[in-house]
Amino acid sequence: MKNTLYKFALAALFVGTASVVSAAEVNLYSERQPFLMAPLLQAFTKETGIEVNMVYLKTGMVERLKAEGVNSPADLVLTSDIGNLQNLVAAGVVRQTKSKVLESNIPAQFRHPEGLWYGLTTRARVIYAHKERVKLGKITSYDDLADPKFKGRVCTRSGKHAYNVSLLAWIIASQGEDAAKAWAKGVKTNLARKPQGNDRAQVKAVFQGECDVALGNTYYMGLMQTNEKDPEQKDWAASVRVIFPNQSGSGTHVNISGAAATQNGKNPENAIKLIEFLSQDAAQKLYAEGNFEYPVKAGAAVHPVVASWGKFKADSVFISKIAEHRTRATRIMDEVGYNN
Amino acid sequence: MSAATASMPLTSKWDVWSWINGWSIGAAIVSAIVIVPIATVIFIGLTPNDDIWSHLASTVLPLYIATTLQLMIGVGLGTLVIGVGTAWLVSMCRFPGKRIFEWALLLPLAVPAYVIAYVYTDIFEFAGPIQSLLREAFGWTSKKEYWFPEIRSLGGAISMMTLVLYPYVYLLSRAAFMEQSVCMLEASRVLGRSPLRSFFSVALPLARPAIVVGISLVLMETLNDFGTVDFFAVSTFTLGIYDVWLNMNNVAGAAQLATTLLGFVTFLVLVERFARRKQRFHNMTAKYTALPGYELEGTRGYLATICCALPIVFGFIVPAGVLTGLAVLHFDSSTNADIFRFAGNSVMLSGLAAALAVAIGTFMAYAVRLGRGRLLGVLVRFASMGYAVPGAVLAVGVLVSLGALDNGIDGFMRENIGISSGLLFSGTIVAVTIGYLVRFLALAFGTVEASLGKITSSMDGAARSLGHGPLSTFRRIHLPLIRGSVLAASILVFVDSMKELPMTVILRPFNFHTLATYVHQFASDEQLGEASLAALAIVCFGILPVIVLSFAITRSRPGSPVEVQVS
Repeated sequence: MKNTLYKFALAALFVGTASVVSAAEVNLYSERQPFLMAPLLQAFTKETGIEVNMVYLKTGMVERLKAEGVNSPADLVLTSDIGNLQNLVAAGVVRQTKSKVLESNIPAQFRHPEGLWYGLTTRARVIYAHKERVKLGKITSYDDLADPKFKGRVCTRSGKHAYNVSLLAWIIASQGEDAAKAWAKGVKTNLARKPQGNDRAQVKAVFQGECDVALGNTYYMGLMQTNEKDPEQKDWAASVRVIFPNQSGSGTHVNISGAAATQNGKNPENAIKLIEFLSQDAAQKLYAEGNFEYPVKAGAAVHPVVASWGKFKADSVFISKIAEHRTRATRIMDEVGYNN
Repeated sequence: MSAATASMPLTSKWDVWSWINGWSIGAAIVSAIVIVPIATVIFIGLTPNDDIWSHLASTVLPLYIATTLQLMIGVGLGTLVIGVGTAWLVSMCRFPGKRIFEWALLLPLAVPAYVIAYVYTDIFEFAGPIQSLLREAFGWTSKKEYWFPEIRSLGGAISMMTLVLYPYVYLLSRAAFMEQSVCMLEASRVLGRSPLRSFFSVALPLARPAIVVGISLVLMETLNDFGTVDFFAVSTFTLGIYDVWLNMNNVAGAAQLATTLLGFVTFLVLVERFARRKQRFHNMTAKYTALPGYELEGTRGYLATICCALPIVFGFIVPAGVLTGLAVLHFDSSTNADIFRFAGNSVMLSGLAAALAVAIGTFMAYAVRLGRGRLLGVLVRFASMGYAVPGAVLAVGVLVSLGALDNGIDGFMRENIGISSGLLFSGTIVAVTIGYLVRFLALAFGTVEASLGKITSSMDGAARSLGHGPLSTFRRIHLPLIRGSVLAASILVFVDSMKELPMTVILRPFNFHTLATYVHQFASDEQLGEASLAALAIVCFGILPVIVLSFAITRSRPGSPVEVQVS
């Protein structure tokens, strides 16, 4: 009797505290900011009736999924970097999914061959060059950033930032370690100032005359060009030209933001529904509009501001190798003392 | 010298039986629980991983160490001079504005370091108003034509952290000065010492334990800072930890670095304790008369006013002003409606953390005092080391230990009862609260312990011989005497929890925001404008308790329940 009562009490306690899993919900761990995702997720709920619960988790996602193990409440994850998608695969915390919709919406180079993750948007890492101080055609490739003619004229953010680490990893993949190290050393030598700030701050520095060329992700340009609340940023953007590097070679380095269903999620169908939703025209448009990224789906609308930078050739060969070279890339940044 | 000779411990330090009582056992159990996440970090470091040391040693490690040491020395000296100097001025002297400075000097405590760093970068960078004005005034066009200190630099980081961290030292040294018996100072004056020399030979040494606690809190905060050093690209050891973890995808290597950091802090704490091992810091008299209130007249008075005003202007008024301006510019009623909910979450969590940390910290400090067992002392001190571990790394320690506990219970339940209990603590506000507790226990324990140390053990003896048990003695003797410090401890934990970011982000439940995490999603993209109202809310909610605290300290002076100041 006492034993039964005890079990009953325990069971009541656990039912009370454990998160109640209802059929119409999906739980999301996201590296992408809530203010960015909110319109998309609201549209999803409106269309499907499935509630989305979200934790914005910029660091520690892999660790949290591993620690929660089989009881993890997360059904899917969103990341802002392909390296992190590949890390999730390596940690064994994502599950294989099959979906006709996803296979037709997302080109093969933007998804995992076995369906372990799916790319949703891309962003290019481009060169911003001052419209007057750098003549058109004077800089056309990443290699030019390391050329002595740009000595004292280059600005970048920290060499240890994920975007720069991914770029260097990509250079390792495409040109080998020695070339990558020489490149990092060359860019380091050309820096006008110690690496600092974010990508936007580099364009600001070009505008202010601290440097002539800078590295940055494309969407920052859109955010500056349309910034009504801080119109000063429009002037920064107007002072530079967007240059898509390596057009005569392998193409520009692009990075992927993507999604993956988790290994232990309790609502795998809803997870796939959400990823499918995000890959469709309407959502792709919202995504692209909200943060000026490139949709992965062919034919999906590109924001006019984004379109104004022109068409470009994106690399699709070496992108899958980024994760495996990231540790090496980080070490090279240390070896050349990029941030020192 | 002020330090009295050591009073004889009641029992031998290694006598096991002496510490086996309810208090000690309780404190040992609580410590053990708090130690688990910290120990987990060390354990993670022992899991198989790629060797990072040879790479780091041959490249950036010397730089990390040199930068970190310079940062610590700079911030340590800066907060010592500002904190102790202003505390002494407002506690012992009379000058214009003193009554305002008493509480206003605490205000920068409410400003998160990453926010102040952001604000000052906007002001002082090349494109900022000051350099633009200079260029306009002198006709310079490019950066090469003049020299201006770079804000995003080691010096900049030292300045920013000093500005927001000196209140720890101010708070603790002021509490210590207030708890000092003036009779000792008067004895010094009667014996012919000037106020200044009495300060250096009597008041300062007597306040040493409190000042040391303040400085060590500042240094631990400096060591585990990520936001400021990342923003300024200052290559500290902590930045290296994040780099190894996130870019090299090597959490074990990061844990090893964090453990090294922990070892370093432990070493510093031990050295300091060794240096004052034979000293006790009791007030040798229980006579408390009004604090002297040296009159600073004329220029000296105004000089004191300026010295106290500067840290407030730069640490609080400027950043709060800039935030207010941004908040007006970016005001958007639709998104800002949520801020009250986030503020509610922040206040609830911080209040919970403050209450828990102070209750446990006081309990542990008193148990150590009762037991005098060295083993317990070591255990308790280790439990308060969480403050020295970078927040995100400590959060992984909490994640892994809670995950193991939850999955352990779940496995047991499945096997024995046939139902799954799922995750009980992971991903709940309990997890976040535990995280805060583990991280901020040092604030509570250190503050209370320093205060308890000033009460002579003969008081305990007297109360006990009159038939009061430990609890009754604590309630009737110690608690009234350490009231001010207990309050100080709870406010410190509260304000720090309001600002806490990395642990909240990693441990929180679904759809849960605090003001700090809300600010973070924008600030991480350098869009502080959008988050300025929330940032301002952190500051405002931090101010209220800080002001309450200040008045409480003024009133907390032993021997005088009413206001003691004569103005």
